[in-house]
Amino acid sequence: MKVLVSGNVNGVVLKSENPINFLGTVDKKTGIISDKNHDLYQKSIKDFILVFPSGVGSSVGAYTIYSIKSNDTAPLAMICTKADLTVATGCALANIPLIIISEQEFSSINNGMKLSLDTDSNLIQYQ
Amino acid sequence: MFLTREEESALKGEHGEIMQMAYRILVATGEATDAEKLVPIEWAHLSGVNYNTIGDAGEEFLSGISKDAQVKVKTTLNPMGFDIDNVLNYGLDENFISKQLSIRNSYENMGVIPSFSCIPYEIFDIPKNGTQVAFAESNAAIHANSYDNLKTNKESAFSALASALTGKSPYSSLRKEDSPNITIRMKVNNPNELTYGMLGFFAGKIGDISVNISDLGDMDKRQTKAMCGGMGTSGTCAKFLFGEGDSDCEKIDFDEKEMQNVYDELNTAEKGDIITLGSPQLGLDEISDLTGKLKGRSFQKRCMVFLPRTVKEQAHKIGYTNELERAGCEILSDCCTCLTPLINKGDVDAVTTNSIKGAFYLKNSNGVGVNLKSLSQIIEDETR
Repeated sequence: MKVLVSGNVNGVVLKSENPINFLGTVDKKTGIISDKNHDLYQKSIKDFILVFPSGVGSSVGAYTIYSIKSNDTAPLAMICTKADLTVATGCALANIPLIIISEQEFSSINNGMKLSLDTDSNLIQYQ
Repeated sequence: MFLTREEESALKGEHGEIMQMAYRILVATGEATDAEKLVPIEWAHLSGVNYNTIGDAGEEFLSGISKDAQVKVKTTLNPMGFDIDNVLNYGLDENFISKQLSIRNSYENMGVIPSFSCIPYEIFDIPKNGTQVAFAESNAAIHANSYDNLKTNKESAFSALASALTGKSPYSSLRKEDSPNITIRMKVNNPNELTYGMLGFFAGKIGDISVNISDLGDMDKRQTKAMCGGMGTSGTCAKFLFGEGDSDCEKIDFDEKEMQNVYDELNTAEKGDIITLGSPQLGLDEISDLTGKLKGRSFQKRCMVFLPRTVKEQAHKIGYTNELERAGCEILSDCCTCLTPLINKGDVDAVTTNSIKGAFYLKNSNGVGVNLKSLSQIIEDETR
């Protein structure tokens, strides 16, 4: 795993198989995904460990990540398989831990799983 | 990524929250782009200025950090949404104007030079060969790497801001040795600036980090800027190397057929209701040339001319702005065709322009039709 933004959190996984476009498809007040074609449609990402392939779309989406953190509707941490600059800078602005994992590790994580993430010791523990 | 002890302590928050955030951005960007360390930079050029693009979230963020943050190196700024001298002529709502002015104040409070220009390479002195800079504006990054002997990544708004606050940037992609694996051969005869814009757009689609480009012929400043603007619009590629490249480079021809493909993608209207010149903004040479071309002629429809404020002031002293206004031009500084809030599909069906970069954003962001023509064709068709 590769650490882009460090941190130490425990939480429940919300997993998506689709990339996320933070600009325009995530409601800043509620953290709810508003894109009808997304597999997290109508779900809030607040306080989950959000596991998804990568971010897509405009780099301004980084400000959306900062906004959801300011509004207390942000995920506890994000885990992706591909590093994209929008999610990387957004998590950096908002101080949300972000790590990159392999496809294999990605497929071993399931929705609703409890995870503890500690980037200092490079550890993901499944509970 | 390797960090010095000083950088580590800033990342831990020992130099305050702003520095901690800036280093978080540099580390996240550096890790995402496989940089092994940070290097000092001497000049940052920021994007993320136009309220039209950064919105309330951006305005609030900048307002927050500007209370404490100060830039560490020379820092210049991309265009914003309007020219304060004539904004009232364009029917923008008060909320837009006040949010835009708040963004301007935030940058000024941080010590940024309020240049509001996408052509920093034309209005500021260029540092010595090989100097590391951090340019977020894509046409400026490409121009700096290709023509000005500077070194920059194609920065994001955030990595450039972090570089301005720390004086450092990740040592990735174009800061290292670059060896393109593609060579584009220019095969279109009698090119004008529109042709070079389309060539750039084509190159940006197929290039990754940098491309070789050959058979260009002599180019003037307008053509050079058009090519850089075109490439910055269509991809992530941020440097032209001039020549054939190694023998194992894949060779791709830019011919009449490829040019037609780009033209058909971006030209969506037979004619425009208004004309825009500038994206990138026009420099003094281009203003002088335009003034000459318009001698004794007048536009038969509105023509918006975008240029940096410093160029407007110089052009005014020489008498060019009077001449251009006489010919029917609306002269706008501090803003640009690209992502302008001053053109709305409610008022305008289509825009005539010679800018590929402008065409792309007019089509995709403003949602208006685009009629592409070279400057000489525009003057022939639209003036009397």
